[in-house]
Amino acid sequence: MATDTDVLVLGGGSTGCGIARDLAMRGLEVTLVERGNLTDGTTGRMHGLLHSGGRYAVSDRASATECIEENEILREIAGHCVEMTGGLFVQRPEDSDEYFREKLEGCRACDIPARVLSGREAREREPYLASDIERAISVPDGAVDPFRLCVANAIDAENHGARIETHAEVIDLLREGEDVYGVRVRHDSGPGKRVHQSPGSTEAITAEYVVNATGAWAGQIGAMADLDVAVRPSKGVMTIMNVRQVDTVINRCRPKGDADIIVPHETTAILGTTDEEVTDPDDYPEAEWEVDMMIDTLSDLVPILEDARTIRSFWGVRPLYEPPETGTRDPTDITRDFFLIDHEDRDGVTGVSSIVGGKFTTYRAMAEEISDHVCEKLGVTAHCSTADRPLPGSENIAALEEGMDRFGLRSPVARRSTKRLGSRSREVLETDDPNPVICACEGVTRAEVRDAVSQSGSDLNAVRIRTRASMGNCQGGFCCVGMANELHPDHDEATARAALDELFQERWKGQRHALWGEQLSQAMLNYALHATTMNRDYDPARSEADRDVRPGAIGSGSTAADLEYDAFDQGDR
Amino acid sequence: MAIEDDVLVVGGGIAGATAALAALETDPDARVRLVTHRQSTLRHASGLIDVLGYTPAGEGPLADPFDALEALPTGHPYERVGTDAVREALAFFDRVVDGAYEGGHTDRNALVPTYGGTVKPTARYPASTAPGLASDTRETLLVGFETLPDFDAPLAARHLEAAGVPFDARGVTLSFPGIRRDDAKITRYAHLLDRDEVVDADSGERSARDALAASVDTHLEDESRVGFPAILGDDRVETVREELAEALGVDVFEVPMGPPSLPGMRLEGLLYDALEDAGVRLTSGVPVVDYETTAETAGGTTDRIDHVVVDRNGAEVPHRADQYVLATGGLVGKGVDSNRERVYEPIFDCHVSHPADRYDWFVDDVFGDQPYARFGLEVDRDLRPLAADGVPEFSNLSAAGAVLGGYDFAAEKSGSGVSLATGYVAGTRAAEVGGR
Repeated sequence: MATDTDVLVLGGGSTGCGIARDLAMRGLEVTLVERGNLTDGTTGRMHGLLHSGGRYAVSDRASATECIEENEILREIAGHCVEMTGGLFVQRPEDSDEYFREKLEGCRACDIPARVLSGREAREREPYLASDIERAISVPDGAVDPFRLCVANAIDAENHGARIETHAEVIDLLREGEDVYGVRVRHDSGPGKRVHQSPGSTEAITAEYVVNATGAWAGQIGAMADLDVAVRPSKGVMTIMNVRQVDTVINRCRPKGDADIIVPHETTAILGTTDEEVTDPDDYPEAEWEVDMMIDTLSDLVPILEDARTIRSFWGVRPLYEPPETGTRDPTDITRDFFLIDHEDRDGVTGVSSIVGGKFTTYRAMAEEISDHVCEKLGVTAHCSTADRPLPGSENIAALEEGMDRFGLRSPVARRSTKRLGSRSREVLETDDPNPVICACEGVTRAEVRDAVSQSGSDLNAVRIRTRASMGNCQGGFCCVGMANELHPDHDEATARAALDELFQERWKGQRHALWGEQLSQAMLNYALHATTMNRDYDPARSEADRDVRPGAIGSGSTAADLEYDAFDQGDR
Repeated sequence: MAIEDDVLVVGGGIAGATAALAALETDPDARVRLVTHRQSTLRHASGLIDVLGYTPAGEGPLADPFDALEALPTGHPYERVGTDAVREALAFFDRVVDGAYEGGHTDRNALVPTYGGTVKPTARYPASTAPGLASDTRETLLVGFETLPDFDAPLAARHLEAAGVPFDARGVTLSFPGIRRDDAKITRYAHLLDRDEVVDADSGERSARDALAASVDTHLEDESRVGFPAILGDDRVETVREELAEALGVDVFEVPMGPPSLPGMRLEGLLYDALEDAGVRLTSGVPVVDYETTAETAGGTTDRIDHVVVDRNGAEVPHRADQYVLATGGLVGKGVDSNRERVYEPIFDCHVSHPADRYDWFVDDVFGDQPYARFGLEVDRDLRPLAADGVPEFSNLSAAGAVLGGYDFAAEKSGSGVSLATGYVAGTRAAEVGGR
């Protein structure tokens, strides 16, 4: 029977996109399907730490070694996604000397460059560190943009012939007898780039081999073909500060616990995290105390966090897994290793493997192993080349620093744009059309927004993860209208309006967890701007069908059809 | 020793300015001082004067806000001051701005096109916006500029049609003559037109207004009015608009914009000119940081404010008045502030009612019935802030504008109207009861 594709990858996170790129580069025909946007699941909900391996240097040296190796590879192949901030493991008076020594020894044993700094030296590097920090270990931790990295993998997979299908939810795993041969997906708005308000459809996609790379959702996918994948989702909160209080990754040097890391990320700093098992990766409590704990506990390391402005919080779900009968109670003790479950070996069902566990920093190595496995299944002998070939945008990163003003942008904007776009800067920014800044907080220009729209259709959240537009202090209040404007006239008015509504609501979601002080003030301003100045909450252009605004209201405003214009003031002429 | 006044108003937005002006109108001999700290929030606002566009239950847009005003719930700022005060305040505003605003010829709300392309109800609108009303049936050309990404004229025109406006709308996007930088500030456009600077246009050097008219003219078809984003000058907006209208042979209007909003800043200018003309003593750029009370001699439990302390570059300067008006704004203006534990009024720590749990301050739908939008002071009918037990916090302090709670100005479209009405009542009352 002819199949639609050689390999079908389920899941558009770092693992899925890494596998798609790897296999496509080996010459296989690949289709990737993702329920939402790329990075919608765990990848888009992490703190953006590029591990040096230091974090695992005491408890799990194999992982630590793998991290430092991949850390060095990603700096090479994804330079435009990585900022080498460096990291510190800082010791407070109540933290044990013994653990500090073990950490240092572990780093050295794993070839992680590590150096001890006195408290004074650490504060010279990071002036806001608490005055009672006794000493620190310096390691090559970094910050990585998971969105940009994941998208770059997907683009490169496409460049090698892959089909990347977002907003395509797997609704069934196709199984005949003891063979899995494909999936049925529901397209949110028809296949291809997403367009709002266009009708959806379902599609059966058949493949020689299926890889379930859906992480925390792997159990749900497996269940569609009666396969038991006992993944244990564990949630963690991240709180975003409005500025970088630190320019170095700050880790607490003690056995892993809650609220022990601060990662500087672009214009922000991200505080993390908690670790708590949940039953449903799509539905779990997002609790106030978790946010408070981030601020209160990490203020012990960086006291100004206590009164700093947070702009939002978000939760991610780890796809933790441990082999049956290990019986670990505390999710923080579950290994971060990944597991490849060959359902043929385990369940006697051919044509499918599941990949669970793992961590972002080593996504490429994971993808390599799985791709080796798939190639073996399919009798393909091609070798992996993902460690040697730069990702799109990262070729010749040295060119980045040259000629920042070349594109007629003011210097800080040009610097940030070219950093984001890497070697694609010229292609995207060299335009004869005016190129004003659309998102002032993050310095994102029209050319970048249009480039992202050309990749992703009318989905402004996909534009957001490609550009960072709407991710700064105003959280989209000021710029999301300008972003939506760029959809027209390629997309019609109703489509642009639906896309704007969706982005504005999505930006609100995370701010709810930061609603005090400056950010509550900003939220009120955003609300006033959209409701008062633009009247978007009672827009008569909304049809009865999508009238979900002001759900509690009795009248909920007039629609275009019943609004009597001539009952209003006609002017004084 | 302290600096002595009869009425001291804290806050320089619509409510504060109105209170100060109303106090002086009530008692022309009174010494009235206005103390402001930050720039007012008018630069964020549209410059429209909304009175009531929708009821708290969501009915609307209201063609006539006055019927609905009578039915507002107890505790709403309009209920506190009464409908007559709203009418008086609007009449007062019309006198103050002296022709710069229209809409006073009727009780009815106007529907004004927004820069996003929908329409909104409002009670008073700048003269520069008047020819653009959505109930006017004349065909309309909207003009946007490729360097002003917030206003996409073709998209806004399509949106207006989707909103069912009774006219044909079309939009074009042009380059603005004389603007070379892609990210020139809004004020640069306005100054270019205000000063009518000489610019390089396709047709050679000519004045900015000429060049702009010429570039629009080639796109004009059968339309009898042309709408621009609100950048048509600052001090000389009427001159700019008239010249453009004359050159094009059609009416010209402005579509109110988001921040930084020139119509909002022009309104601020009008109010400050009026304050100066009226002889209000202005102290700008300084915060009120503290206050002292004296026990009320009448024997009640309510304290009386003796003086407030103003911080001038680190020096603490006492200001004493007989009556005080608190018009420091809401969450945006920081007249109401919050931290992780509570919501508070930062100068006098007047009671702000709010749920104890921070997660009850909001609902999940961004345009849902947001509790935070109603945060502010509860007041009696004299606009005196009330403590949790319902007793006035101070005998000689009243509050006006967005610092008041119990209403959602964004949903109701009632922000400026509440500021005018409560500012007018607070200022009038302060002058009346102020004993000298």
